[in-house]
Formats: sequence, C-alpha cells, structure tokens
Amino acid sequence: MTTQSQISPPSLHHADLPVELYLDMYRRMVTIRKFEETVYDVYSRGIMPGLAHLYTGMEAVAVGICMTLRPHDNITSTHRGHGHLLAKGGDPRRMFAELLGKASGYNKGKGGSMHIVDMSLGILGANGVVGGGLGIATGAALSAKLRGEDCISVAFFGDGALNEGLFYEVANMASVWGLPVVYVMENNHYGEYTPPSKVTAGTGPARAEAMNIPAKTVDGNDVLAVYEAALWATEHARSGGGPAFVECQTYRWRGHHMGDQGDTYGYRTQAEIEEWMKKCPIERLRRYLTSEKIVPAETLQQIDTETQSLIDEAVEFAKQAPYPDPSEVFKDVYA
Amino acid sequence: MSMPEPRIGTIREAINEALHEEMRRDPAIFIMGEDIGVAGGVFKVTAGLLKEFGPDRVRDTPIAEAGIVGLAIGAAMTGMRPIVEIMFSDFTTLASDQIVNQAAKLRYMTAGQCKVPLVIRTAMGAGRRAAAQHSQSLQAWYAHIPGLKVVMPSTPEDAKGLLKSAIRDDNPVIFMEDKMMYNQKGPIPEGDYTIPLGKARIHRTGTDATIICTSSMLYPGLEAAERLGQEGIEVEVIDPRTISPLDDETLIQSAIKTGHVLVVDEGYHSFGVTAEIAARVMEGAFDYLDEPVRRLGAADVPVPFAPSLEDLTIPSADRIVEIIKEMRA
Repeated sequence: MTTQSQISPPSLHHADLPVELYLDMYRRMVTIRKFEETVYDVYSRGIMPGLAHLYTGMEAVAVGICMTLRPHDNITSTHRGHGHLLAKGGDPRRMFAELLGKASGYNKGKGGSMHIVDMSLGILGANGVVGGGLGIATGAALSAKLRGEDCISVAFFGDGALNEGLFYEVANMASVWGLPVVYVMENNHYGEYTPPSKVTAGTGPARAEAMNIPAKTVDGNDVLAVYEAALWATEHARSGGGPAFVECQTYRWRGHHMGDQGDTYGYRTQAEIEEWMKKCPIERLRRYLTSEKIVPAETLQQIDTETQSLIDEAVEFAKQAPYPDPSEVFKDVYA
Repeated sequence: MSMPEPRIGTIREAINEALHEEMRRDPAIFIMGEDIGVAGGVFKVTAGLLKEFGPDRVRDTPIAEAGIVGLAIGAAMTGMRPIVEIMFSDFTTLASDQIVNQAAKLRYMTAGQCKVPLVIRTAMGAGRRAAAQHSQSLQAWYAHIPGLKVVMPSTPEDAKGLLKSAIRDDNPVIFMEDKMMYNQKGPIPEGDYTIPLGKARIHRTGTDATIICTSSMLYPGLEAAERLGQEGIEVEVIDPRTISPLDDETLIQSAIKTGHVLVVDEGYHSFGVTAEIAARVMEGAFDYLDEPVRRLGAADVPVPFAPSLEDLTIPSADRIVEIIKEMRA
C-alpha cells in the first residue's frame, strides 16, 4: 500500500524507550484499525443500526495521547469515539455489542456508537453533540482538584468543535482556575464536509494561547510525535500548571459517517484521500520499528494476527448477544 | 400548654439556611455561579457561604452559563454534588444544551453507569418590572424533559425542605425560585427536615372547587379562595410543589371531590404546565368533573416592561375569582 519513500521519517527517535511501550502503541493502533474496518464491513452488510463515524487513519492521536494516561485519568470523546475508547482500554466485545444494540453492550444498547461510557476506565463518554465532552472533562478536572485527587482529564474534540462557544467558556475557566485538563484538538481537516479554511479564523493553538493556555501543534499521524506532546501536556496538567492544548493534524480515511462515501457530498477528492493514506500512522510506526531493528517484523505480524482474532471474537460475541429486554426501555431514566 | 411559636423567616433565609446546613453536612457539595460569592448573589440568597466555606466550595464564575453547567455535570459524574445558580431562568436557555442533552440523558444513555447529582437554582417569575428577558417562568421546558426533576417552592418551609431533598437527590434538579417571593415570610421548622419531591401540599380544604397553583401563584389562589369563602364557595387550594415528578394522585382525588378544577401557573398559557396538569386531571377524574378543567397561565406575549402592561399578563386573584364563579354558574 505504501512505500518507505512516501512516509516521512518519525520526528523523534526514542531509542531508549522500552520495547514493550512500542509494542503497546502498535497493538492499540492496530486494534483500532481492525475494529473500525470491521465496523465498516458489518455496517455495509446492514447488520448495524444507526450511525457510524469511523476513526480509520487517525489512530496515532488517540493512542499517542492515551499512552500517557493512567487508568483513573478521565477522558471525554466525540461522535467519532471508538478510537479513544479502545486506546483507553475499552473492551472491544462490549463495544461491538453496544454498536449492535445488544444487552451485553456497555450501555445495554441504550446509547449506541456515540454514547459509550466506561466509568471504571475513566471513559466519561463519547458524545453526540459536537464539543459536548468539553464541559464534562473540564468539570471532572475541577472535581479532581476539589477532592485533592491526583487525576487529570483529557478532552478530545475536532476542528469543527473548535468553533463551538462552549470551548471558550470552559477553557477560560480551566485557565483561570488552573484545572488539570488537556484539550486535544483532532484537526482531521473537515468538520463534517467543510474544511477549517472556510469556517475557522486563526488556529486552535492561537486561540488557546489567547487564554494563557500553552499549546503545541504536532503531526497527528506520527504516534511518537503525539506521544511526546502528550507527555508534555499531561505533565503540565499533573504538576499544577493548569490546562494545556495539543493540536494533532491528521485525516479520516472514511467519510464523516458511513453514508459519506465516494462522491456523495463532493467535498474532497479521491487523490486527496490517497495522498493521506500514504501517511498511514500504523505503517509509519511499523517501518520505523523494523528499519531501526527495534522489533522484528514477525512480532508485528503476530500482533496483527492476534488482534484480528480479538476483533473477530468481539463481533461474534456481539452477534450472539441478546437484545435488551423490553422492560429496559423504562429503566434508568432516574437514579 | 401551648406549642412554642414557630420561627418566622423569609424564603431567602430558608434557602440560605438549607445551603449552609447541607454544605456543612456533606463536603462533596459545592456551589458556583455568577456573583454568588463575594456579592452573595444578586438576590442575596448565598450571603455568608463564602465566609464559612471558602472560595474552593463557593465559586464566583465568569458569565458563562453553558460552561458553568457543563463543569457542574462533569463534577457531578465524578463524585461531587454541585449546586449551580443561574441568575434568571431566562438565562438557563444559554445552558439548555448542557441541561437537556447532557445532564438529563447521561443516566439513561449509559444504562445507569453514572449519575448526575446536580441542582440548578434559578430565579423565575414576572412582576419585577424587568421586561421580557428577566421575567420568564420556563419550568414547562424542563418538566418536558425525561431525566430532570423540577421543583417550585411557594413557602419558606417548603423551600428549605425541598431544597434539601433536591441536594440529596442523585438526579439533576431544576429548582425554580420566584424572584418576587424571596421576602415572603412564613414559619420555618427547627432542625434538619426534608420534604419529599413529588408530594403536593393541600393549603386549604374545600368541597366546591379546586385551585391547583404553583409557586407564587399560591398566594392569589389563597386570596381568591378566601374571598370566595366569604360568599359561601368552599375552595380547595393545592400546591403541587414539584411539577416533575407530579403528585397526580392528590390532584385527581381533589378533582373527584369537588368536580371543578382551575390550574394556575405563571408560565406561558400555551403548551404550559397548566395544560399538562389539566390533561392529567381530566384523564384521572373525567367521570367526576362537572365541566372541563380550566387553566390560567401567563399571557402568551413577551413580558412587557410598563407596570400597567405587565400586570395584565400575570394571573391575578381577581381573574381566579371570576373563573371559579363562571365555573360554578
């Protein structure tokens, strides 16, 4: 699919990072890729109801960030949330069951793709409203500060959400109050079908810096670059420095959602998509690990195989799982 | 031996006491809003909190209603029990995505994995000569949304007991305080007490007609009942106290007894609280009613500024008396 000459070299050479960390990064990225491509397949065959917004091509962002988080750190995700959830440790079986509206799903089938939560993993939710997680993540950071708990929040959001007013309300409070929260802007170059160049004045980092929030922009297809920026941002938040902002420039291979295929909406070209596919973040890490002889190719292939089995098993689990009992419809409206 | 005289206080004092007592009881409770700390709130309801509990738990915020509620939701999901003050219920619209799409739905969407113990206190009601953007009563908006509870106290005793229940509730609660009633006086029981959400209060018993009235509408309701009583018409006056959950049973039983029902609420007449309560009473007591349930809300106009005009939009004791007489004619 890609050749080495088409992939720019990693910006960093972490020769002293443990091999296990590289393998963990690789495994998490491949898990997301195989999960999303399986969703694509299952959805295309009409088995999955509702909407699906796929994270394919953006894996390095979720993984590079979440590699620096501890289990009790909190994240909020987006409508394009599968990648964040898997990177934070989400169970593919319960996720897939949720996508199929099954009782064994994370939310017993009552949330679906855009609303998966796992409180035990600090996953405070994907969110169906653009920018909807920003308040929750910032509030969790306030909560941690009030309780004196050593815990930070990460809010993932997109270039589209950057224009939502809520961001400025909560980021301003985070800055004024020194809250431990990291804002991770995934600039995948389209808010639905519209590029930032048409609708966004200035940049995310500049807007953050206007609120005294330090910011960096990184190549979001380079997991090592994202990881390094995440180490900086999370350390800043953990050490009492207040919020930090990271813009990750990346691209979604699939459309905004499953209905956005080919030329349906006419906002991007096949040539552009192919150009970004050459910058595949997984292929890029694979080349780096093998060319630097950090990990033998066979080890990575073994991870590919194991991950495929994991996802296949997750789909099978989801297909076999029961639908929710009708009585479930009236449960949990109130605590 | 006579009982000791009950202590008399205002609704402002009752709410202030409830906040102090609950914050002493539970360190997970904190409060935030615009000018609630140093200034003690525009209506002085939060006076004294900052001094006792300090700036971590009594937080003056920027003027950013969506952000305030958004932060409160995240804090509520992770172990805190936030109380938010939104200065006027008109301004809750700025936070309505957070209230309606986030706070109200998280419990259900996650199949009970999380809870959002959050109280949003806000001032409602016309009569303050504050015009169309500081005078609305938007309780019907929030009562329409599954997952929210909506509380509307009318007396100091109820305000204190209901607020304590709201704070101890594990759900998002919209607590509507009529801005014209903060100086309303009444007895406040001593000690720690709560009043359950979803239980109406019968303020006056009668057999000839029922007036169901919310929040400050209790007072024109009671005045009308008094005047009608002097003419030999015995009117029952009931305050639902919470409109979500709504104590259908108490309202329906009264309707069955009297056969004539008027519902009064200060929200707009159309698609309002009066319509919902009228429908429930008619569904529950149809065979016992002598005529359709009547209802009286605020006029379907933006609240005007000029006192002479504003007064025409608010339900009054005169109008209530007229309607009850029409019904009994």
